[in-house]
Amino acid sequence: MKIVLEHISKRYPNRDKKVGGLVTAVEDFHLTIPDGKLIALLGPSGCGKSTTLNMICGLEEPTEGKIWFGDTDVTNLSPEVRGVGMVFQSYALYPHLTALQNIMFPLENLKGADKLSKEEMVRRAKEAAELVQISEYLERRPSQMSGGQQQRVAIARALVKMPKVLLLDEPLSNLDARLRLSTREEIRRIQRETGITTVFVTHDQEEAMSISDEIVVMNRAVISQVGKPQHVYDEPENLFVSKFLGTPPINVFEGYVKNEKLFIGTQEVLDVHGAPDGEVWAGVRPEGFIPADDGPLTCHLVAVERMGRDTSVVATHDAYDGVQMRAIVSSDARIDVASDIVRFRIRPEKCRLFDRETEQRIHFFGETMEEPADVMAREARAAAGARPAAAESEATA
Amino acid sequence: MNTRSMKGWLYLIPALVFLGVFVVYPLFDVVVYSFEEGYNSASQTFFGTGTYNFSYVLRDTYFIQALKNTFILVIITVPLSTGIALLISVGLSSIKKLQELYQTIFFLPYVTNTLAVGLVFMILFQKTPYTDGFVNQIIHFFGGSSVDFIDGPYWAKMTVMCIYTVWVVMPFKVLILTSALASVNPDYYKAAKVDGTSSWRIFYKITLPMISPMIFYLIITGFIGAFKAYGDVVAIFGTNLNAAGMNTIVGYVYDMLYGDGGGYPSYASAAALILFAIVLTITCINLLIQRRSVQTS
Amino acid sequence: MSNMTQEQEHRAFVRGQRIRTAVIYTLLTLWAFIVLFPFYWMVLTSIKSYSAYNAEYVPQLYTLAPTMQNYVDAFTAVPLARYFMNTVIFTSVTTALMLVVIVLAAFAFSRLDFAGRGLLFTAFLSLMMIPNELVIITNFVTITNWGLRNTFTGLILPSVTSVFYIYLLKENFDQIPDDLYKAAKVDGCSDFKYLTNVMIPICRPTIVTVVLLKVIECWNSYVWPRLITDNQLYFLVSNGIQEIRENGFGRENVPAMMAAVVVISVPLIVMFLIFRKKIMEGVSRGGTKG
Repeated sequence: MKIVLEHISKRYPNRDKKVGGLVTAVEDFHLTIPDGKLIALLGPSGCGKSTTLNMICGLEEPTEGKIWFGDTDVTNLSPEVRGVGMVFQSYALYPHLTALQNIMFPLENLKGADKLSKEEMVRRAKEAAELVQISEYLERRPSQMSGGQQQRVAIARALVKMPKVLLLDEPLSNLDARLRLSTREEIRRIQRETGITTVFVTHDQEEAMSISDEIVVMNRAVISQVGKPQHVYDEPENLFVSKFLGTPPINVFEGYVKNEKLFIGTQEVLDVHGAPDGEVWAGVRPEGFIPADDGPLTCHLVAVERMGRDTSVVATHDAYDGVQMRAIVSSDARIDVASDIVRFRIRPEKCRLFDRETEQRIHFFGETMEEPADVMAREARAAAGARPAAAESEATA
Repeated sequence: MNTRSMKGWLYLIPALVFLGVFVVYPLFDVVVYSFEEGYNSASQTFFGTGTYNFSYVLRDTYFIQALKNTFILVIITVPLSTGIALLISVGLSSIKKLQELYQTIFFLPYVTNTLAVGLVFMILFQKTPYTDGFVNQIIHFFGGSSVDFIDGPYWAKMTVMCIYTVWVVMPFKVLILTSALASVNPDYYKAAKVDGTSSWRIFYKITLPMISPMIFYLIITGFIGAFKAYGDVVAIFGTNLNAAGMNTIVGYVYDMLYGDGGGYPSYASAAALILFAIVLTITCINLLIQRRSVQTS
Repeated sequence: MSNMTQEQEHRAFVRGQRIRTAVIYTLLTLWAFIVLFPFYWMVLTSIKSYSAYNAEYVPQLYTLAPTMQNYVDAFTAVPLARYFMNTVIFTSVTTALMLVVIVLAAFAFSRLDFAGRGLLFTAFLSLMMIPNELVIITNFVTITNWGLRNTFTGLILPSVTSVFYIYLLKENFDQIPDDLYKAAKVDGCSDFKYLTNVMIPICRPTIVTVVLLKVIECWNSYVWPRLITDNQLYFLVSNGIQEIRENGFGRENVPAMMAAVVVISVPLIVMFLIFRKKIMEGVSRGGTKG
């Protein structure tokens, strides 16, 4: 089922009666979710992602805009007629019912022509339980199950009505780290097997990047960027997206461009052909630093942490927008630990520039991710008439 | 009004109807009654409005007697029961063996019919031509002379009254204080022991301040409850409390309303309002004292 | 030398502890005795024969010739069975009606969003301060005017609502996570079905507590029944026992009276022993008596 969110907005009356007025939770959200895809709504808490999910679900009505499921306008339909299944952050299992009874609960609410016989309900509940692999626990109550098992019951309950759309609200945040990893694989597997269009909300960028076909980054009620996970990571359209994706996070410096040269502080660090003059934010991914004795970026060394494969260099710089910057360098890079200074070269393909005022991306030549060899290969293919790879990752929004 | 609002009010209709008819309306009505002079409950007429009902009640010797009885009862039983309850609760929370058994026994009076057990108390204290009764036997044993606690001198009757009241109110107080004591973080005690504080000092400096809000709560509810004493008194002295000279304010209200001397809802209303004013005043004073003592401690 | 003193000190400490423990147990046992003695006395007296009891100028602490005759008298000479049944009917109907009323009200306050909810709830809470004595006068007149004296309807109606129990239940309903309601909505569950199939089962412990407290309250109610009934056919046990005391068995038949007292006390004591924990927990959460 294709979902179209047509310029939807959600405004609430302000809870603080003294301030009054309206609070905008979601502003002009426009997105098409193709059939059978898994989409992640990603953003910090309070960005409006859960409200968006609730509107897709039908728990909340948009103040403006329309929601389409296929060719049907579902904007004003209640959840049960939309044919959606939802998994909540707290799982929201009924504590007084067994796993089987929980899974059967949605079926028991069916009325009229859809009404099922008891046997049919049990059969379908067991089918759903099998899909999420919890058949052994069906007689247990939620309190007798682990978090992961409860999560699976919640997913089975959402799937039992054979919904056309599956919605997951922070489904992994109550699980411990190890379980989170296996459960997200599990969600991916179930989604592939059933082919249900799935939207899932998370604030964890790693989670979003790892399992979704496409991620929608939200910030302050609006969509910041939409695209394939790797593309959004590599090519952030604004400072927020660049900061939000990636661990350790991108290092942001105050800088300026003058005569196609990037300055951080007073140090000229990079050639940025094509970038206009002006004040910028210069973001450098941790892996974008190369320690070099003749490097143009001079930082104060704080610590060197060796972590097996990589070495993490913690340093400070006057123009750094934060306390300590962190560079990840290859473990064979030689760094003089005794010195209190470390010098870096910056890899242009790991450096992203943003306008200081608008925080929007500023492009320059040489910023592309790909190795020169790849660029040549691609250009060769393009010349031969093959479809450029980059076009595929074009955003659907 | 939208449908969602309608639904909320719909669910509340039963509660609103019951509360409206049997709590809110009577609340205003009782004030109206109390100012209607010469109200006749048969013809439902009255000939004037004013404060006569109040002045009548305040001059009525039965009411004065009831007022006196109630005040004596309150002044004796509230401190006494709270004190004993504190003693018992502290003892109860310092033991481990048989604690549950004692707790269960101590709570028993709460679930018994006050009227029924009052009869047993009456039997125990009664002195008849056929027997001196159980309590008088004990008095004999200690060399005293027998007294009729039920039909005898005023102080004797008041004694039984107070004893029975304490017996009845104790379970609630012990329960509240025991749970208050149990909720004091044991780390405080450990810390005090490490500092070598004596048990008495621990009690006085740690336990007591920690549970003092609950003690105040018990004193306030105790005052309110004791001012409303009625059932326990009837249990021991029978329904004709005026004759026994043991009436209470609430008893006076009911006697004015119904029974041999009844049929005067206006007097009853005036008396009930006077009672409410007294209880309100005492509660406010209590709250003031509590606030001050919390500030100074 | 110093070791010796330490040991002596320790011994003194242990001795002090023992004395303290002994004092505490003595005190507790004494109070337990005071609590239990009336119960013992009523059972004891109820199994003494009428003649034996009256022959004792010095009351005996035991009896060697127990009889059940007094229980037979209690049920035959006075309509004790009738009082008993009346109380059972009164208690069960009142409690059932109250449950319906308070569950619906608590649900509305906790789950439904409607205009004026906060204000109305505050108004409800403030009603908790109104003493019964103040409103009972008008209720007496109301019920009399409606011609409902000496009827179960008249007995039951004013006892149905309790703001406090609405409050208690609402607090409990509030603890059910919001997500559960949303999940039920997604599952196509109506508000009413959510109440009956999800909220009530989850809050069963609180509902049981409320029922137990209300049963105790109903079983022991005296004032209202006394005002509203003067026909023995509608007496509850409390009024019945008072009636027995004043005009009961023709003459002072204390053993039969005690038998009646035992009969009306037993149901609540049994209930208490079964639900001890729940009742005590419920009372400490907000019961009042005393």
